[in-house]
Amino acid sequence: MPPFIELDALEKTFTVRRRAGLLRREKREVRAVDGISFGVEKGEMVGYIGPNGAGKSTTIKMLTGILTPSGGRLRVAGVDPARERTRLARRIGVVFGQRTTLWWDLPLKDSYRLAHRMYRIPDDRYERNLARCVDLLDLGELLDVPVRQLSLGQRMRGDIAAALLHDPEVLYLDEPTIGLDVVSKARVRDFLRELNATRGTTVLLTTHDLTDIEQLCSRVMVIDHGRLMYDGDLAGLHAVGESERLLMVDLERELPPITDVPGARFVRAEGPRQWLAFPATTSAAPLVAAVAARHPLLDLSVREPDIEAVIAKMYGGTRDERRESLM
Amino acid sequence: MGRSPAADSRRAYGEPGLLGDSWRTYRMVAGMWIRSTMTYRSSFALTLATSFCVTFFDFVVILLMFGQVRGLGGFSFAEVALLYGTAGTSFGIADLTMGSLQKMGKRIRDGSLDTFLMRPAPLLAQVAADKFALRRFGRIAQGLMVLVWGLLLVDVAWTPLKALLLPVTVACGAVIFGAVMVLGASTQFWLQDAAEVTNSFTYGGNTLLQYPPTIFAQELVRGVVYVVPLAFVSWLPALYVLGRPAPAGVPGWAAFASPLVAAVCCGAAGLAWRAGIRSYRSTGS
Repeated sequence: MPPFIELDALEKTFTVRRRAGLLRREKREVRAVDGISFGVEKGEMVGYIGPNGAGKSTTIKMLTGILTPSGGRLRVAGVDPARERTRLARRIGVVFGQRTTLWWDLPLKDSYRLAHRMYRIPDDRYERNLARCVDLLDLGELLDVPVRQLSLGQRMRGDIAAALLHDPEVLYLDEPTIGLDVVSKARVRDFLRELNATRGTTVLLTTHDLTDIEQLCSRVMVIDHGRLMYDGDLAGLHAVGESERLLMVDLERELPPITDVPGARFVRAEGPRQWLAFPATTSAAPLVAAVAARHPLLDLSVREPDIEAVIAKMYGGTRDERRESLM
Repeated sequence: MGRSPAADSRRAYGEPGLLGDSWRTYRMVAGMWIRSTMTYRSSFALTLATSFCVTFFDFVVILLMFGQVRGLGGFSFAEVALLYGTAGTSFGIADLTMGSLQKMGKRIRDGSLDTFLMRPAPLLAQVAADKFALRRFGRIAQGLMVLVWGLLLVDVAWTPLKALLLPVTVACGAVIFGAVMVLGASTQFWLQDAAEVTNSFTYGGNTLLQYPPTIFAQELVRGVVYVVPLAFVSWLPALYVLGRPAPAGVPGWAAFASPLVAAVCCGAAGLAWRAGIRSYRSTGS
């Protein structure tokens, strides 16, 4: 059986016209998606990451059928999205972190009623799904509140519920935790995990927050310059990207740089405080033990690598090559 | 073969065709906007009153003018009222139902068109019903008032044909204005700031048609008849009702061609719209 979502050498080329001089216009081809192939099985939860302008949104737009691919093959649930956009719309849910589809001036429940009718959801199924979302996303007291009065976190929960009332088989989330506080983020993640576990909903999410990926996705895909650069688990990404975590230690007093701990690299010092880098794939525990055994340690903290840095490091070389080839 | 899978699925779901689906979507979205507006009741009342006043003063200007002159381009006050009323009502209906299409360029720029495209509902109905504003009823009410006024005052030998022609004209006029608005919105897929060009045809055309053709230059009148077929909205049929010759050498039967012209305009608008969506979906801008 073919995968639930299947991309085969998918391409999207835009023609950008730029003003060059008073009347002359310059035409330039931009390959937003440059031959991407992957398959996602039903029930998978996949993180789709990459820097801004890497081609993430363009891919999502093709998956939802908004954009027609310029080349390659694409199937979602056995259907060509561009040709059967409206039909597919009933089977997918989409949430944009930065744009709400809820009705600003109306109580939250009115937006759900519209979805009920627009997606032609059978009454019993609608009631059941709504009750479930209200329960799990804690929307009970918000249903009668106009959307404009909701906080960002509340609105995001409201948006996620709106995208799920018609029981989509796949859910696309674009930056679902952007701008949310820690508690709201945790709540959204808990819900998505639960949704995936109990309903088997396939989830594809784009994010800049590595914690989203860590906590939700068993698989991560990295895209840059329209190409798939990595496809695998998060640990593998750290290994390939040689990403480093940062250990910050507070010593009793100002001491010479710590260079005698194997596996750690001295980064910098500021008075009694020192920073050590170590591979993200190794555990922090033995390292901390080694430092504590040799030096008077007062306090410490570990900072996770951020996604941009991992990607930049991982593909710094290739990026430069590509840039040169463009010139 | 020959049937699209989409049409098959529509049948399988027991759904109506594109037209029925569009109407259903339109009603749903417009209903939501009405409810949204009603959350600010006093503001709604105020805008409704303002809209009515503005259009009413338009007519007062004509009234004042007729206080000074006997006629306009050989037309009496009642006759001008009839022209003004038919064009105004037609335009009002089109503006109420399709006026939001002006905002297409903005929808494309801010990306909200993508949200519409993700819903299982016809796009044109969603865009047309977007920001549906009941205050636009003010324009229709004003047009109807002037029309009734004109009918009461005008000196016409009424025949059943003339009596039938009038409502048909208003209806076809609304369809023609609506089609021009869809055409205009379609061009915004390519030229995202062209809303003003469309407005000059719709709003400008409306203003033009409210006055007798005899006061305008012949070239302009020809343009309105042959290039943008707005003359069929009111001029030609209304002139027939008034028993006056058609302008710019147009044959007499043209007064009855409005339904045909409306149908052709709809066809052209539909094609342009489809081409627009196709272009948008391949360029993403």
